[in-house]
Amino acid sequence: MSFVTSHFNYVVVIVLMMGGLFITFSTGNLIKRMIGLAIFQTSVGVLYISLGKVAGGTAAITIEATSEAGRALSSKLDPGYVAQYGVDGVVYSNPLPHVLILTAIVVGVSTLAVGLAIAVRVREAYGTVEAGEIAAADQAAIAQADRRKSGGRGR
Amino acid sequence: MSFFADLYAAPPALLAHAAVLLVIGPLMAAAAAALAPNARWAWMIAVGGSVFAFWMALGVAGEVARQGVVTYAMGGFAPPRGITFRIDALGAMFALLISAIAVAASLFSGHSLDGEIRPGKRSLFQAGFLLCQAGLLGMSATGDAFNAFVFLEVSSIGTYALIAAGSGRDRRALPAAFNYLIMGTVGATLFVTGVGFLYAATGTLNMADMAQRLATLDDNRAVQAGFAFIVVGLGIKAAMFPLHGWLPGAYAHAPSLMAVFLSATATKAAIYLIVRFAYTVFDPGAAFVAHFMDWIVAPLAGTAIIVCSLQAMFQTELRRMLAYSSVAQVGYILLGVAMGTAAGLTGGLLHLFNHALMKAALFMAVGAMALSVKAVKLTDFSGAARSAPWTMAAFGVASFSLMGVPLTAGFLSKWRLVEAAIGVEWWWAVAVIAVSSLLALVYVGRMLEVMVFRSAVAGGDAIKEAPIGVLIPLWMLAMASVWFGVDASIPEGLARASAAAVLGVR
Repeated sequence: MSFVTSHFNYVVVIVLMMGGLFITFSTGNLIKRMIGLAIFQTSVGVLYISLGKVAGGTAAITIEATSEAGRALSSKLDPGYVAQYGVDGVVYSNPLPHVLILTAIVVGVSTLAVGLAIAVRVREAYGTVEAGEIAAADQAAIAQADRRKSGGRGR
Repeated sequence: MSFFADLYAAPPALLAHAAVLLVIGPLMAAAAAALAPNARWAWMIAVGGSVFAFWMALGVAGEVARQGVVTYAMGGFAPPRGITFRIDALGAMFALLISAIAVAASLFSGHSLDGEIRPGKRSLFQAGFLLCQAGLLGMSATGDAFNAFVFLEVSSIGTYALIAAGSGRDRRALPAAFNYLIMGTVGATLFVTGVGFLYAATGTLNMADMAQRLATLDDNRAVQAGFAFIVVGLGIKAAMFPLHGWLPGAYAHAPSLMAVFLSATATKAAIYLIVRFAYTVFDPGAAFVAHFMDWIVAPLAGTAIIVCSLQAMFQTELRRMLAYSSVAQVGYILLGVAMGTAAGLTGGLLHLFNHALMKAALFMAVGAMALSVKAVKLTDFSGAARSAPWTMAAFGVASFSLMGVPLTAGFLSKWRLVEAAIGVEWWWAVAVIAVSSLLALVYVGRMLEVMVFRSAVAGGDAIKEAPIGVLIPLWMLAMASVWFGVDASIPEGLARASAAAVLGVR
């Protein structure tokens, strides 16, 4: 149990990732599939941010260790952590994952935009956003075209 | 590579930055094309951007042949801190292939967009095409794992929109594009999750730096999980059987330009990343990599070759047949990659190169024939050989290469794969290649029978000869399939140098 609580962020990642993936593939509604996909992509963001977090660490903006703010921050550090790593002064979280995820969020938003735009066009073309009905409409169109062709030859 | 060692394609001032101009050229051209006043201008910008990228790729290939590896540090931040472009023989080969196909495709786009895309949207379409090209070239050039994800998504998002643009001719393009968007995004997200695991284990994103640190981390569970995420994610993008469900619909209903460009480059770029990660980033000696290649990739590749060749036989739509054949060909390429020997990798990469040429030519010929007549099903193309002999002849040449008729490029690369399979004593693989060549004979034979020997459907419009602007790139690709079957020194040299660069990193 303590393993779960100490890795709580990763539990959240797993739940979001699997939940998102399940929504994406279990429903035939194109809009709901996009929602699932967005949740799935968000889970990766939580994963990256969790990787970069240092307990007691602050944002990566230089603070003098001897200044008042610096002393206040370093006093909050876990003493065990300080002893283990020999930390002296202010500890910063790793800013790189934040930058990466900022990019990934932009990518996710663009994908969402393109996906929803395609869903709108699907609705215009088929009058529905349900995958099952779209497939049925395609089958019907093919069957009709075949009938027309064979009928034409018969005459 | 000896051909490229003496090649100084550009003045030294340009050569120094060729690695990055390769990607920036099409990227800037995309912005210019989006602002172009009309479709004609946008087309000229697209051709210009593609030719520029090809020129830079030639320059990079020359530098790679002389120096081995070209490294370009973005903004002057030395690796492993900053983002670097790192192009070795493998990257140079893909940059050349992608940009060469892009030149042919952009020439083709001068006519292929008529009747598919509304005139007002053509400049935006060209912009999307250039973005997609920039993304693919970036994937082959980058030396940074996260940057590879960004370029993967740049190319993918462009691709989704452009496949959906096929709805002007066939509304089925829309669900196909949506399906590809879902599968492609899941794939790319799995890939970036895997990169996250590697970052957690190594603390670096630079591929070369990562490789050094991973060499001692074979037993690390995070590294193994990362490997699984990366290969499954890229497997979806590469249409690795059985993750290829998105491909037939996307290729069959996309605008002809995208069918040409995607079939030749998109899955190939994902295969490039698989090779890059499996053999140069991860430790290829690690048990989990070797077992994955032997027990998962190789059997699945063999299954893909047989099953998808069979599926291709039973399709009624011509482009869908070609799409299933593409999945089978991805199987050949991955079979060579899975062998893990220099001979196998050379064979796989050579087949990748040749398949890109022939499949681009086939899709271009089909697109050219469908310019004059709304032809989708195989029977719609009956009698094409009589009314459009030049287009049909190019289709015939490329389809012979697809079957693997001697004196074509397809024969040579299949032969190299058989040699490599004998080298590692994979007799089943030899049998699979032999059987599938017979299956290819059946489905290609079916296409040619309808197109050459049957007369046109009575009452229908005859398929017209393609305009000269389409015949030129079409015959360039078709002749390349023959030329590289007779004198393969250029592609085979590239493939050999790539295999050496990939397997000799450590």
